Order: sequence, then C-alpha cells, then structure tokens
Amino acid sequence: MEHIRTPKVENVRMIDRLTPRKSTVGTLYLSSTHTIFVENSEAHKETWVLHSLVYNVERLPTNSSGSPLIIRCKNFHVYRLLIPQEKDCLDVLASLTQLSCPERYGELFCFSFNPNLDKELREKAWGFINLKAEFSRMGIPCNLWHVTAANHEYRLCDTYPSELFVPKSASPAVIVGSAKFRSRGRLPVLSYFHRDTSPNLFIASICRSSQPLTGFSARSSDDEQMLQAIMKSNPVSEFMYVVDTRPKLNAMANRAAGKGYENEDHYTNIKLQFIGIENIHVMRNSQQKLIDVGELAAPSMSDFLWGLENSGWLKHIKAVLDAGVFIAKAVAEDGVSVLVHCSDGWDRTAQACSVASVLLDPYYRTIKGLMVLIEKDWVSFGHKFSHRYAHLDGDPKEVSPVMDQFLECVWQLMQQFPCAFEFSERFLIQLHTHIYSCQHGNFIGNCQKERRDLRLQERTHSLWPHLWENRAEYTNPLYRTDHSQTQGVLKPLTTAYCFKFWKGMYGRAEKSVASHQSPADCLNAVREESQQLEEELSSHQEVPREMDAGQGIHMHA
Amino acid sequence: MEFAELIKTPRVDGVVLRRPFMPTVEGTLCLTGHHLILSSRQDNTEELWLLHANIDSTEKRFVGSLGTIIVKCKDLRVIQLDIPGMEECLNIASSIEALSTLDSVSLMYPFFYRPLFEVIEDGWQSFVPEESFKDLESMTDEWRLSEVNKDFSVCPSYPSLLTVPRDIDDESLCKAASFRHGGRFPVLSYYHKKNGMVIMRAAQPLTGTNGRRCKEDEKLINATLCAGKRGYIIDTRTIAVAQQAKARGGGFEQEANYPQWRRIHKAIERSNVLQDSLIKLVEACNDQSHSMDRWLSKLEASNWQSNVKEILTTACLAAQCIDREGASVLVHGTEGTDSTLQVTSLAQIILDPACRTIRGFEVLIEREWLQAGHPFQQRCAQSAYSNGKLRSEAPVFLLFLDCVWQILRQFPCSFQFNENLLIMLFEHAYASQFGTFLGNCVAERGKLQLSQKTVSLWSWVNRPQELERFLNPLYEPNNLVIWPSVAPQSLLLWEGVFLRWNRSTKCLDEAYQEMVHIIEYNKELQNKVNSLRRQLAQLETEDSPLQTP
Repeated sequence: MEHIRTPKVENVRMIDRLTPRKSTVGTLYLSSTHTIFVENSEAHKETWVLHSLVYNVERLPTNSSGSPLIIRCKNFHVYRLLIPQEKDCLDVLASLTQLSCPERYGELFCFSFNPNLDKELREKAWGFINLKAEFSRMGIPCNLWHVTAANHEYRLCDTYPSELFVPKSASPAVIVGSAKFRSRGRLPVLSYFHRDTSPNLFIASICRSSQPLTGFSARSSDDEQMLQAIMKSNPVSEFMYVVDTRPKLNAMANRAAGKGYENEDHYTNIKLQFIGIENIHVMRNSQQKLIDVGELAAPSMSDFLWGLENSGWLKHIKAVLDAGVFIAKAVAEDGVSVLVHCSDGWDRTAQACSVASVLLDPYYRTIKGLMVLIEKDWVSFGHKFSHRYAHLDGDPKEVSPVMDQFLECVWQLMQQFPCAFEFSERFLIQLHTHIYSCQHGNFIGNCQKERRDLRLQERTHSLWPHLWENRAEYTNPLYRTDHSQTQGVLKPLTTAYCFKFWKGMYGRAEKSVASHQSPADCLNAVREESQQLEEELSSHQEVPREMDAGQGIHMHA
Repeated sequence: MEFAELIKTPRVDGVVLRRPFMPTVEGTLCLTGHHLILSSRQDNTEELWLLHANIDSTEKRFVGSLGTIIVKCKDLRVIQLDIPGMEECLNIASSIEALSTLDSVSLMYPFFYRPLFEVIEDGWQSFVPEESFKDLESMTDEWRLSEVNKDFSVCPSYPSLLTVPRDIDDESLCKAASFRHGGRFPVLSYYHKKNGMVIMRAAQPLTGTNGRRCKEDEKLINATLCAGKRGYIIDTRTIAVAQQAKARGGGFEQEANYPQWRRIHKAIERSNVLQDSLIKLVEACNDQSHSMDRWLSKLEASNWQSNVKEILTTACLAAQCIDREGASVLVHGTEGTDSTLQVTSLAQIILDPACRTIRGFEVLIEREWLQAGHPFQQRCAQSAYSNGKLRSEAPVFLLFLDCVWQILRQFPCSFQFNENLLIMLFEHAYASQFGTFLGNCVAERGKLQLSQKTVSLWSWVNRPQELERFLNPLYEPNNLVIWPSVAPQSLLLWEGVFLRWNRSTKCLDEAYQEMVHIIEYNKELQNKVNSLRRQLAQLETEDSPLQTP
C-alpha cells in the first residue's frame, strides 16, 4: 500500500485512438492489486487492470489537454489515459511502476487472492489435475515402462518432477549415469506414450531430455544404453529419432561449451533430426516487433504486412508447428519413438512435445485435456514460468513468449480444424492471461521443487477448477465428440499461406478493431436455446402422459 | 458447324487428370464446342466439365511421347492433363487454345445453353428500373425517371431509364452529358431513407486545361442539395492523377464553380494496375514452396490487400458523409464505370440493410454494375493467368466481391447470403452458361438479344433448390448501418477464392455443415415446441370446463 501515492484521480479520459468519439471520461482508482477505471456515464462501466498484468507504463509529454499515460499489458491490452493534472499523472506512473514490478514471490497477487474457499475445497482443487491418472490413461505403467523413484526429493534433477517414467529395462545405474551426461541432469524420460488402436498397433513414445554433454568427443555408455532402452521399448521399431529442435549451427556451437548433440556413430540406431526453432532471445525480439506492428497508429496495408514479415513471428510459429508435425508423423505413421531435446529441454522441447501431443491425441483437444497437457509438459517438467513471463522483477533476458507460441500453434490448428477442439479461442486467450497474471498459484515459480518449497498448494488457489466451472464460456459450439475431426491424428498443412495473424490475441491494442459479431457466440446461444427447448419438449411430453394416466384423455401428436 | 473445324482430335483415351489435393482420375478426354470433358466412365467418380471460356491460359510440355497440358482457369484452378501420344496432345492443346479464345460473342456458350431446369421466374424480367423507382417515389417526390437516353445516344454506356432530379429537364441533362466523360452525367445511385441524403455517380467532368464549365452540370448536382446544405464530391483518383487527366480533356470540379461542394480525393488504382496486382497475388498463392518471409513479402508486393483497403475506406467515407455528416455525395473517377461503382455499391451495403439480403444484393449488382455499364466483357476477358498482351482486363468486380466478403466476415450475422454466393458471382462473371455478364452495357446486351437468346443467371440462382446453397444460416436481419473496420489486421486474404484450390477444404466444409446442423436442429425444436404449446393451450381450453368445479 505504501506504493500508492494517489488512490483516486477524477476526470480522467480513456482514449480510443482509432475512434476518438468512443473515448470516455471517468475516475481512476488505484488499489493494491488493480487499477480501476469507472466511467462517468450512466452505466458506470468499470475496467479493471491487474497490476501484475502491467508490462510497462509510459508517460508522454503533457499537452494542453492533460498528461497522457499509456498502460501496456502483458496480454497485449493497451490503455491510453489522459490525466488532467501532470502531478497526478506522475503519481500514478510512479505507483504503477512499483506495483507492477514485485521483487519477491510473497508480493504476488496469488498470495492475497482469496476467492473464499474453505481449506478442504482448496486442497481438493489442487487435486483436480492428477498426472498419475494421466499416465495411467496412456496405459503407463505397463510391461515396458514404469515409474522410477530415482528423482525422489529431486536428488537427480531439481527441475524435473519427482516421479519419472522410464523404460523398465533401464537399470538404476543407467538412469543415474544418463542424468550425469545430460545438461542440468535432465535425463531422457517419457512424455507421451502412443498406443495405436488401429491394425498397426504401434506403441511408440515421445521422450524428452536436455542436450547431452558431448562436447567434441565425450560419450557415456549409460546415456547410450538409456536411448537403447527407449528404442527397445518399442519392439516393432528398428531405430528411433532424436529430434534436436535447435538450428544445427546453434547445436554445434554448444559443443564448444562441453554440450552438444548425440553423435550418430556412438548411439546405435538413432536418426538425428534438427528442426531449427530459434532460441528464447530471438523469440522475445520477434514478439516485440509483432506487438509494435499492432501499435502502429494508422498503418497502411504495406506497413502491416511488412511489419508482420519483418517480425518473423509467423515463421517461428511455423517452425514450432513443423516440429510437432514431424514428431507426430514419426510416432503415428511410422511407429518410431522420438527423443526430443533442445538445450535445457524446458522451452522448445516443451513446445515440440506438447504440439505433437495435441496432434496425436484427441484428449488434449478437450478443455480438461489441454489443462492436463499444460500441467504435464510445462508445469511439471520445469518450464520456467516465473522467469519467462516476468512474474518478478528480474533478468529481462530470461523473459520469452514460449507458452504464447504453443497457444498460438493450437490456435492456428483450430483455424484448419474448426470442429476438432472442445475449447474456443477464448479459452486460449484466458489461459494466456492467467499465465502472466499470477492470480492463481499454478504458474508461480520455475519448477516443481520451487513450488513445493513455496508451499503454493497451501497458500494459493488452483486455476484449473475455476476454469472448469466456467467451461461453458470456453466451449467451441462446433465440437462434437462423435465428429470425425475429433478422432485420430490431425495432419495440418503447414504451407506458409496457412498461417494467420492472430487478431484475437495481438489485435487488442485498439478497442475498435475488435470483432463486431462472433459466429461462435451466436452458435453457442443457439445451442443453449436448443437445450432449453429440449427440456421444455421433454417436460411437455411428460404432461400428456400424466394427463393420460389421470384423466384418460388421448393426445394426438 | 464451325467448332468441328477447330477440334482435330475430339477424343483421347487413357488421359490422366491431376489436381492438387484431389485424387488423380484416369479416363477419356472429350472436346466439344464449349467444354472439355474428362470422364473415367466409372460410377461415383466425378467427371470434369470445364467450359472453354473458363480457360485463361495453357502450357504444354513433353517427356518422350507423353504430353502434358497445364490448364489454368479463370476461376484460378490449375489442372494438369497427361495425354499419351504427342500428336493427340498437340491437337488437344491447339483446339483448347482456339476454342478458349473465340472472338465472337455470339459463339459463346450462353447462346447454345439450354437449361435443364424449368425457368419459373425469368431473371431477365426480375429487375426493371420502374420497380425501383416506385420504391423511391414512395419516399420522395424530388426525383423523376428520364427517358432522355432511350436510344442510348446521350450516353452509350447508361441504361435507357435514369433517375434524375425532378427539376432538371432532359435538355439540361443532354448538356450536362456533353460535359462528362462518355456522356455519363450525374444520376441517382442511392437514396438514404433515414435522412434523404443521396449518392450520385458520374464520370469526370471535361474541364480540360482551360477550366471549361457547364452551368447545367452545376445546376444538376446542386438540385440535389437542400438549401444551405453542402455536399461532398468523392473523386476516386489522387489529385495528381486528376490533374493529369486535364491534359486529356478530363479533370475535376473547380471549387469556384461548385461552391456548395467539397471535393475529396482518394487513391483507388486504375484497371491495369489492378490486373497486375491480381496476377502477382495468384502467383504468390500458387507457390507452396514459399518460405514464410517470401510468402508475406509476395503478398505485400502484390498490393491486393492494399487495394481492398483503399476501396473499402473510400466506400466507408461515402457512407459516413451520408449517415454521419448528413451530406449528399457525388462519386466519380475517370470513366465512372469502375472504381466509382465499387464505391457506390459498397457504400450501399454499409448503409442499406436491404442490400444485405439475397434479393437486394442481386438488385444492387443489376443496378450498380450491369445497368450502370461496368464493361464486364472487357474486364473479365482474362483473369490471373493472362500472359498475353492485356487490353482492358481488370479484376474490378472481383475486388468489389472481395470487399463484400470482408464486410460479411466482420458481420457474419447481418447478411442473408453467404460466401458461396460471392464465389459463384466471381465464377460467372468470368465464364458462364448464362448470358447475364455478357456485353459491356445495356445497349450492347440489347443488340445481342441476350434476353431472348440466353438464360439469365438470376433465373437459375433464384430457384429455391439453388438458393439454399447461398443462404447464411447465421442471418438475423439487422436494420442498422454496419461500419466495417478497415484496419489492416481486420482485412484478410479471401481464402475461399485465392486458396480455394491450394488446400483441402474438407474440414472447413464440415465445420460449415455443423453450423447449419446446429441451426436447423434449433428450428426443428422450435417448431415442435410451438406445436406442442398450441396443443397444450387447446387442451387446456377444452379441459377447463371439466376442471373448474
């Protein structure tokens, strides 16, 4: 609270840059968690902006009408305010700058957010997503894969979950040896197990790890045996793919630092494939350029298309999707297991594995399934949420839109397969906001161990049950469980022209660019009405029966 | 029959048809006077029937004795025919070439086509100017229908009946016509019922370098202004282009002579530039090997989306003048047959809910494009694969349809029709069995006796069986003015046309079917519930005497 210099400013104008006549006047309030703008209009419309969602606050030179202040949010909303007094503007700026940059976890919103749940419900909520149940859904443990206690108390790898699934044939010594030969101990473990119900009966798997510590010549027989064990866990296949999601040059450069990639001569029967997804720094710059394009004042079509090209954003999205397509094809069409890694195995690897899983398994295209997938491939496997999404004031070089890209890949797939996903675009956008907002505990910290040490389950609330309760808002009206698109593997086209600018996400800087009518909302309303009609129909049909019994009157339908 | 002379080899067996994203078909290729037909002679296999008029260009190549003809169509599809035998291939190629470039209009397919359906409503009689005028008369008495152009001598590209201000006599109209390019004097295009403001259209005034003026022209357009009101002249050309036009006898309205009008210049491109833009766009869309950078840079370089934006922006401006400013508008470019019509017709879609119904949209196309003298035959002679010397080809109408699609996409519930109608119109404007888009103006169509010798497109479209395909299931009549966003990120590539043949549309078609299904199921339920409610109400009234003690 000590940060708030001016809790209330009157006669503030909220500006709509594209349609100035839609600008409104109201009162601005600063609370410890939100900036709130209440319009003076009859309706007293309120706009709430969470401090933790604020990306930056910029003050423009004071002019005759007041002091302009621009609040840019991590979910790409931009609020343009005009504050009558320069002093008030400076106060708001100073307050917001401090409030939006917490330095310690304890200051995050999730620790004060209290939706009035009792202790029991809160604990139950944290059990809503259960990864053990998810592996069991995949058929794990089985005669080929089992759980290992090797990472109990995170002693093997502090950024991995404590429960790891490995080939049964891998001995404890091999597991420990392999971990020693991998960057940060992130050894190859199971991410997804594909049981094919078709005549092929493929049982290929997707495993993940970090890069091996090969340098120019080092090798580890344990690590080689580990890969051998993974390959052998797929009895019908004679080789396995190692997908290095980095550009080959980057992978080679890592050898100088004692890291690198698998030597095909040392590992029997592996095929190494580079995909060429760029690193987090390239992605961060790319997204910034994309955001800048969205903020151009009155861009011509050329400005926009040139900016889109120059940002490179869609090229990177295509690279991530291509990685997923390669892995899914290997697993589903060729029945070959795949080990995926990048450098640390927590960014590009998470993207590639989860995109492949969405393509392979219809479950991950449901609302619950996507939650499970994020919990498994991202949260449990140590994707560094707090670093990547700048939850705390920290190293700006650690920030990168890795998850944004995964969500966008799913969105691009939704454009090609409109009936394949149970959720709508709104769900993805909501997830995106929550990843940045720190309202719930799910995405706080950088790995499972850190979350345990922060006692998040006791001190914060889980997002998943909250989203699940409101799932009606996020459903895709075109989704039907018995539709052909909801079955089997998705095979998207990844030609350049198939990728679109995600207007729902990046086109939000200006209110007036928002879509006017949404077919999805319209269809959802129709479906809701149909449901009510169905109910009315069945109740009507019961009435005559009662009458029939009671009074002996016949109904001629 | 002269076609026979052009067909050296009417039939070849063992021809293989290859199309992207579709299975290959092997079968017999037949050439008739108007069609290229490929049939596998098996049941359940789709046959290919391609109008020669739809063929934009062909390429042939040989590997040994196997010849390949690449046929590029005006609807943008590209097909490949593998023909065994070099001589057969050469013969087929030269026949296609000859048959697809016939010069004489009267040899076109519409003159030979006999419909397999019964014409219930003759499309040639569906839209008569007198009918539209009756509607106008019910709202205002300030306009009259003039027959000054009944023999097309005042303006060859105008129809015989024109709506003009009541107080302007025919003699003045003739004088004004002599002051406008091609005799296209200002006429009424649209009357905005809400406030009585109007859109008029014309061609450029012939001011020339010495600033000629014409009192009758000034009087004509001033007659549309209420006392003390100002109007806007939207010149679709940049000021520079308009200045240059003076040297060729054209020009623009001088402020001094039109003091009640404010002139605004916009920058809609000329026809030849638009054609070039289409060629580049389609080239970009057809290369699947493009990297993302190359694709985006080619899309940008084609300028197609920029053209869409400029046209829509100008249309919004016209609509804004009418609805927001309460001012009347006169639109013109150079000839008044291209960009002018894009602007006036799109402004009406924005302003007038009637234009967003199927019938109203047909009326709009009939009135603002066909009757208004857009030279369809010249503009649509060649499409995106035209490699020869171009004459006056330009995708002016296609751009209009693209703009309509953009608005439709932004207001998916406000149109009675769907994208299929727009795509169908694009196809038929370029190649058709119907006579509707033949000729360049009303006078030409009369000479060709199209209404007697050919079937109208509308006769076919308006059959209930066909209409169904064009109905938008999401339609909820909306009586408001709809303001489309013209921000670049709101304007998309029209995939339904430009990527139509470059991807499988199975999943998108399924989604559409799903949408139709949801809405039809809802209607079905509503009917059931309503009928049950009625029965219940009836039962209650019948029972009530029994139940009341």
